[in-house]
Amino acid sequence: MSKTKVILITGTSRGIGKYLAEYYCGKNFLAAGCSRSANTVSSANYIHFTADVTDEVSVKKMFSEIRKSYGRLDILINNAGIASMNHALLTPLKTAENIIRTNFTAPFLFCREAAKIMLKNKFGRIINLSSVAADINLEGEAVYAASKSALVSFTKTFSKEISGYGITVNSIGLTPVKTGLVRNVPDEKMNELLGRLSIKRFADFSDISNVTDFLISEGSGFITGQNINLGGI
Amino acid sequence: MLSEEEIIKTIYGAMEEINDQLSGENKLVLSHETVLYGLNSRLDSLGLVNLIVEVEQRFQDEHGLEIDLTDEKALSQKSSPFRTVKTLSGYISSLSDNTGKSA
Ligand SMILES: NC(=O)c1ccc[n+]([C@@H]2O[C@H](COP(=O)([O-])OP(=O)(O)OC[C@H]3O[C@@H](n4cnc5c(N)ncnc54)[C@H](OP(=O)(O)O)[C@@H]3O)[C@@H](O)[C@H]2O)c1
Repeated sequence: MSKTKVILITGTSRGIGKYLAEYYCGKNFLAAGCSRSANTVSSANYIHFTADVTDEVSVKKMFSEIRKSYGRLDILINNAGIASMNHALLTPLKTAENIIRTNFTAPFLFCREAAKIMLKNKFGRIINLSSVAADINLEGEAVYAASKSALVSFTKTFSKEISGYGITVNSIGLTPVKTGLVRNVPDEKMNELLGRLSIKRFADFSDISNVTDFLISEGSGFITGQNINLGGI
Repeated sequence: MLSEEEIIKTIYGAMEEINDQLSGENKLVLSHETVLYGLNSRLDSLGLVNLIVEVEQRFQDEHGLEIDLTDEKALSQKSSPFRTVKTLSGYISSLSDNTGKSA
């Protein structure tokens, strides 16, 4: 596969998604990304879609444009996600539904549409960004952890359904990274979470791209349906 | 609104594309009665998925028509619209009537 690779990353306006978009543009990938807010990534290798990942019509339109512009899609990273730290008894239904739609239903939609393009080339790499919260069962993150658990479970089953097409699907259980997502989490809660890891520190962005590099490489075609937790749990 | 002839032509185009990946005896015959899904189909489940995706993309590229063959209606229909070329064509015709060409 010598052609320039096309990578789609969701949630690229800030945080991990923005880092990954800039990182892969720097590595000469053709990158596409989306967020509800305007583009913040400046690279000639990047195109931005202002779209809500939970909106099927906009998402399908975006895939249609990617297919027309590039004729291919090699890699998808489902990164867009939201969190809301709250006791389950204090979580409004609307918040719970929004978390599930953004963190689980939207990645499902992206997996489905991406695979439709990837299967033509018999090559694809899909990575779903989960959280160690899914395995740690941390109090105060019940709905968020459930949404990420659903994503990990989907990753495993979907990887089997799609294995005949040369498409791999894996997930990464991220540990806390200093982004806006965790800005409002109390220090005490954050330390409790870090205390559950074997390596008790925040993750750097490069800890994440180290694993994405590995999973998207052509040599990783025999690795699918796996969840790789950072930090050691 | 697309004519039956236009719809069948696009479906045949998709079938030809899929045939390129199939070995001799598994190739799909370009006929209205060809069974695509269920008993007597030459396509396995991956083949059917490939065909459906190819059909969707061709309607988008050739006619600017966004059809979603994986929608709830398609799966809940008693007799699947994917059964034969003819039933698929009828189903797409009903979708194109409902959505209009620009949808
Ligand atoms: N940071 C951490 O400590 C941590 C730990 C574990 C897992 N994770 C996971 O890592 C991923 C990225 O997190 P992050 O820390 O980078 O978060 P962040 O800084 O809050 O950024 C989230 C990104 O997702 C986009 N987004 C959210 N909802 C969207 C929607 N409905 N449609 C389109 N885009 C949407 C946001 O853009 P707009 O608001 O402009 O739409 C933004 O670009 C998430 O899946 C998160 O669960 C993060």
